[in-house]
Amino acid sequence: MSPYRARKEGMTNIVKTISKFVVPPIILFGIYMVLHGHLTPGGGFPGGVIMASGFILLILSFGKEVTLKKLKVSTASILESTGALIFLCLAILGIPAGGWFFVNFLSKGYPLKIISAGIIPLANIGIGIKVMGGVFAVFFTLVVFRISAKR
Amino acid sequence: MWEIYALAFLMIAGSIVAVHTRYLLSAVISLAVVGLSLCVTFLYLQAPDCAITQVVVEVIALIILIRAAGVEKDLLEIKGKREAFAATATFIFIIVFAIFAFAALTHLPKFGYPVMKVSSEYISRGLEETGAANLVTSVLLDYRAYDTLGEATVLFTAILGAIVVLREIGRKEK
Repeated sequence: MSPYRARKEGMTNIVKTISKFVVPPIILFGIYMVLHGHLTPGGGFPGGVIMASGFILLILSFGKEVTLKKLKVSTASILESTGALIFLCLAILGIPAGGWFFVNFLSKGYPLKIISAGIIPLANIGIGIKVMGGVFAVFFTLVVFRISAKR
Repeated sequence: MWEIYALAFLMIAGSIVAVHTRYLLSAVISLAVVGLSLCVTFLYLQAPDCAITQVVVEVIALIILIRAAGVEKDLLEIKGKREAFAATATFIFIIVFAIFAFAALTHLPKFGYPVMKVSSEYISRGLEETGAANLVTSVLLDYRAYDTLGEATVLFTAILGAIVVLREIGRKEK
């Protein structure tokens, strides 16, 4: 039995085993949704929330100690700031490159290819990172800190 | 068309139950009914982007609310004279609103038609101008990118506030 499942913290063994198999596909699907935001329905925001929900499933099933080894709250807030900065830098880079704020300065490419639409995929990646860090951090603060304060 | 009315009825019923139930957990679950009906409405109106965002954010919000609410009872209750006054005021307001809304809504165009001037411009030229196959993303991140930047700032500020108020490190010991 793995050391994570042997812990008392968190839910039962059934939940732990199933979430061990389910969490990586959830995070992978979130990444897919962020990267294909300009081609299929979805985009940075829902993709980021799906990635964060994978980590939230980890918190709920394994408890906070195991999850904090994978993703610390300080790392999550750094990720959030980084995503916001990526988005803002893309917006500001438009001024020297194209003349005004938020100009789409990269080449458009062919439609329905993954590298197309200029800065839109990059902005989606920035928003996805930002939302993932933010939702994870706010979940952790609102739920875990409150429960530890009750005791 | 009747499906939208049925879903809207479900949403209204869910919100009324959420307001009037005594248990916080039941209120949270009936809020989930509202969110699910909204998601199905978006799907029925052919807006998969909105539906995906709605269902994902609803699930996360539901988990947070369930973990935060627990199984506590709602102890606040309004009884007697105040309840009668609130009910009367609500009833009068609904009647006044219905009169004005009926006068205004009869002048609305048919549901979904005609496509507005700006939107038809986006639909006809969005692909060649931005290169994004998903039109919603091209509106969000190209035509209306200022809006998205503001939204990102709002989210950033909200999370900053939550973390600062509920932090563990740097608190003074009592």
